[in-house]
Amino acid sequence: MTDKIPVTVLTGYLGAGKTTLLNRILSEPHGQKYAVIVNEFGEIGIDNELVVGADEEVFEMNNGCICCTVRGDLIRIIDGLMRRKGKFDAIIVETTGLADPAPVAQTFFVDENVGKRAKLDAVVTVADAKWLKDRLRDAPEAKNQIAFADVILINKTDLVSDADLREVEARIRGINPYAKVHRTERCAIALSEVLGRNAFDLDRILDIEPAFLEREDGHDHHHDHHDHEHGHDHHHDHDHGGLKHYHDEDMQSFSLKTEKPLDPDKFFPWIQNLVAQEGQKILRCKGILSFKDDPERFVFQGVHMILDGDHQRPWKDGEERASRAVFIGREMPEEMIRKGFSECVA
Amino acid sequence: MTDTRSETTSIADRIRPLSVGAAVIAVHFLGDEPVFVLGEESLVFWRDSEERRVPVHGGAILGSASDGKRILTGGDDGKVTVTGPDARSETVATDAKRRWIDQVALSPDGMAWSSGKQAYVRVPKGERVLELPSSPGGLAFAPKGFRLAIAHYNGATLWFPNAPDAKPETLEWKGSHLDVAFSPDGRFLVTAMQEPTLHGWRLVDGKHMRMSGYATKVRSMTWGPGAKWLATSGSTQLVVWPFGGKDGPMGKSPKVVSPSEHRISAVAAHPKQEVCAIGYEDGMMLLTRVEDGAEILARAPGLSPISALAWNATGTRLAFGTENGEAGVISL
Repeated sequence: MTDKIPVTVLTGYLGAGKTTLLNRILSEPHGQKYAVIVNEFGEIGIDNELVVGADEEVFEMNNGCICCTVRGDLIRIIDGLMRRKGKFDAIIVETTGLADPAPVAQTFFVDENVGKRAKLDAVVTVADAKWLKDRLRDAPEAKNQIAFADVILINKTDLVSDADLREVEARIRGINPYAKVHRTERCAIALSEVLGRNAFDLDRILDIEPAFLEREDGHDHHHDHHDHEHGHDHHHDHDHGGLKHYHDEDMQSFSLKTEKPLDPDKFFPWIQNLVAQEGQKILRCKGILSFKDDPERFVFQGVHMILDGDHQRPWKDGEERASRAVFIGREMPEEMIRKGFSECVA
Repeated sequence: MTDTRSETTSIADRIRPLSVGAAVIAVHFLGDEPVFVLGEESLVFWRDSEERRVPVHGGAILGSASDGKRILTGGDDGKVTVTGPDARSETVATDAKRRWIDQVALSPDGMAWSSGKQAYVRVPKGERVLELPSSPGGLAFAPKGFRLAIAHYNGATLWFPNAPDAKPETLEWKGSHLDVAFSPDGRFLVTAMQEPTLHGWRLVDGKHMRMSGYATKVRSMTWGPGAKWLATSGSTQLVVWPFGGKDGPMGKSPKVVSPSEHRISAVAAHPKQEVCAIGYEDGMMLLTRVEDGAEILARAPGLSPISALAWNATGTRLAFGTENGEAGVISL
């Protein structure tokens, strides 16, 4: 359905610049009206009658799925906001710096009333160019936010050297090579890069190649030098080496590919069993599949134990009919997943 | 079985329709006059075919309750408003931080509402507040005695607001509890959960009752006359749990009547007879005798789900509203 209200989730560790981005979204002359769900009331500098304070109530679901959590407050707030349908075009959910994005995302798949009326557009994570490396070391929440993101803003780039910036980006890529990464100062970015991304739209699962091949250094740089507030986290010594590729110790991603058509009667039981067994470790997964004797592409995505999939469109003439899937997660049994996937061929 | 139910006796021609122009979230009778609660700003009174629109909130109306004499509403403007049969409304309370008023409840002895994690009760002597572990999903006054039930995450809390020294009692059950209702005889408390299930407690001993098997979250429940049964939405058929015996529905199966291709979205038991008015997601309405499932068609399928249903106290008039702003009254 096209009339579902898009919802953008803003995450980022304390002090990275979420509120700066939010204020930018609300103050730019784009003609759009946003309903905003925030955690700390009063931080938004913009008058907006549709600002709602949330309590981040994470509820466990008793549906046999041990890691299935939803945001109870979001279910209630979106239900209430929908009473004012027509008064806003999109919803922005700002999470606290310590929040895990998964319960927010899962809410849209688990609650029928929410899923009927609103759709998750993208998870946007603001990262502090100067402090992210430290946070990746000492704050699992920060790593989750990077791993989960569809769009990552490396913010406050003016506070670090080019070498440091390259290293931060390499660290991010080591965790999540699939997100779109932008470098910003004061979160200055074209809003079309942040909003209306359709990152959870099955119809838009087109490109699941690692994104770092796409981007050239230089764009998204805004060389306006202002005074910047500094992150108020504690100081650590930097101990980076000159490595270009990082493999994060506990958060990884990998992709799978086969040219051989898959057997749906093997694939579906395998993936369902996989997320039931290992879903806690799998933050996100998505894929484009070619089933035997099936003229249409099948696409799927998942958040922990929740899977969503559908036929997308017919394969085009001359299009490579390969099946590809990507997984991002924590301590995933990669070899087991690779083997299981390869055994799904028809 | 077809959803047009062409063979069924129909009283659909007796509907007096009204277009209210916005989603109807509830309907209450003040005496014999239906009052439609809109999702935004106003109540619509309808007397002698004359429609009167009464603005009560400066935004969304998030909840409403009635004792047959007045209507209590809570809004996203942070206000709690009471409106009487003369259509005059009065602001009862305003949240200091202008937080949403999520839930309201009304009894002849007082009124209650919730905002954030606090439940408030207004009594003649002032206002009392109870801090809860999570935001209330529902409020309900007990039929007798001034006692408030508050549904929340991992259970429901029972509170005597007039006994400040008595510690509120918490009935625990894992999960998020939303709507809450006492049985009219005061023996049971039932909550609708985030999962497609109901949970119940027998209040005398706290015994649990799990009532599951629904297709979706239960958003409407109604007690039959004499508290003999509880009928519910959330399935493609009316699910009726037996509450007549001393054990309630423990160890018993529900009765199911009036199956359809579409799910039930609203229910309202007749106040005197063993009949339930049922509203479906396709806009159809049936009056169904619970005992044998005999049906009368009250409204043919329409454009949008039935979102509100209520009888007047004597059971001679039935009012309904839909998600896209259709409304009406049937006189029997």
